Amino acid sequence: MSTSTPTPSVVPKAKVSPRWQQKLGHLVGPLVLLGPPGVWLLLLLVIPTLLIFQLSLIPGIRPGQPMDGFGFGNYLNILQPIYLQVIWRSVFFALGSTVLTLLLGFPVAYWIALMAPKRWQNLLLVGFVLPLWTSSLLRAYAWITILRPTGVLNSFLSTFGLPTLDLLNRSSAVFIGMSYSFLPYMVLVLYASLEKLDKRLLEAAADLGASAPQTFWKVTVPQTLPGIAAGCLLVFIAGLGDFVVPELLGGASSMTVSRLIYNQFLGATRNWGLGSGLSMVLILAVSIAIALLIKYGDRDPESFS
Amino acid sequence: MYLPILILAFYSFNASRFSATWEGFSLKWYEILFNDSRIFAALQDSLAIAICAVGVSAVLGTLMAVGLARYQFWGKGLYRGASYLPLIIPDIAIAVATLVFLASFAIPLSLWTIVASHIVFCLAYVAVVVSTRLSGLNPHLEEAALDLGATPTQAFLKVLLPELMPAIVSGCLLAFVLSMDDLLISSFTAGGGANTLPMEIFSRVRTGVKPDINALSVVLILASGVLAFLAEYIRYRGDQRRSV
Repeated sequence: MSTSTPTPSVVPKAKVSPRWQQKLGHLVGPLVLLGPPGVWLLLLLVIPTLLIFQLSLIPGIRPGQPMDGFGFGNYLNILQPIYLQVIWRSVFFALGSTVLTLLLGFPVAYWIALMAPKRWQNLLLVGFVLPLWTSSLLRAYAWITILRPTGVLNSFLSTFGLPTLDLLNRSSAVFIGMSYSFLPYMVLVLYASLEKLDKRLLEAAADLGASAPQTFWKVTVPQTLPGIAAGCLLVFIAGLGDFVVPELLGGASSMTVSRLIYNQFLGATRNWGLGSGLSMVLILAVSIAIALLIKYGDRDPESFS
Repeated sequence: MYLPILILAFYSFNASRFSATWEGFSLKWYEILFNDSRIFAALQDSLAIAICAVGVSAVLGTLMAVGLARYQFWGKGLYRGASYLPLIIPDIAIAVATLVFLASFAIPLSLWTIVASHIVFCLAYVAVVVSTRLSGLNPHLEEAALDLGATPTQAFLKVLLPELMPAIVSGCLLAFVLSMDDLLISSFTAGGGANTLPMEIFSRVRTGVKPDINALSVVLILASGVLAFLAEYIRYRGDQRRSV
């Protein structure tokens, strides 16, 4: 509210007020544009996050209890083997589906970006991204129909006299479901990266006598490494926080962090302190992944949006 | 990519209750679906939430994107960081945080608390889409309008806004789909006051395959297909206009 130079008293009032008005005018614009959304984010995002951080430092708080006491009990609680196992399993699911989507997505993105006819590229890409517009819940649900013991896959296998597979409610179902859900993201990010690849480099490598695999590993992969890193971290983050797929496809044995948090708030065991602590761990893990993404990922931020 | 969805669609026409075996073509699951008042009530809730949340977010998100592009101020990095948070933080964490916030201020949970919490992420998505478009825009257009005597408000409404419209609409479509799809944030902020479509579907499919949900999936997938087509078309038109 203070101007850096005090207005000299000799200046007539009429000259001061326009300056003040101007100053106010400079403030009105940002306030009108950025004020309302800022207040909203502050109220419903920033403050709540700080609140659960506070809550996570109150051991074993349950709804309705007064918020007093302080300690790291919740975090110490999380370090117990059962919870560590849950965290490890979440990381394992996220990592596994990251690898799967990379293995599946890279050839597809490579094909669309470098080998498919130019005028089909956009259409193919849209075709790949279109499933993202359908409900993630229903896409996970579709896999129940396919994977359950009497499901489509097993009736298909048994008509050919092959042994049936029991996949539902196991880790394998979670991997399948997550990879299916996140494959479009991976393809999209990899495509953005592969499309920017300088094709002359590939030709140059071939002219200089490199074999196709050599060109691929020594030119294509290093050139698209930022895109690969970005896609992997994106899928990893999405997988880490995913609730629907492990809940619907994973069965009781696939407890993940997000399911555990859900149970602390809406399930049978109501321990808000533990739930908040777990949420903070999840946010921390995601933040680390984001920091890595910013450091090693694609320098061009537009490819994420 | 489309196989699971197609299988779902295929079995929605199956007469059998246990969808593994094919027992002939039937529309009876659609009949049951369209007579299911719970589903329709849930759909109504979901639509009301999505429309309110997207409506508010369209305004707030656009304001934010324009504001961030135009002004330099202290703490801008922090502000921008906060605006990206809803895209990054897992849904479950946002849901938990919102619930704790609402509970600690003793705000009763209802349809409106869901709307309020949906605005947070819808606003962020609209802002991101609009920002991308803004960065590709000619900054001199607005200056020209101002030089030609338009007031800042006129310049905003008559020059900038029409240019941003395709981005705003596609951002809104994205936000709408995300809002309709959201399970976790709604579940945490609903209380007993509301029941959205994803919540209803979730509570039903948790216990196994339901043929009428197969039918519902087909209807919803068709609806989202139309929306997706619309969004891609708008984007395509926007790209074309830009390249001219």
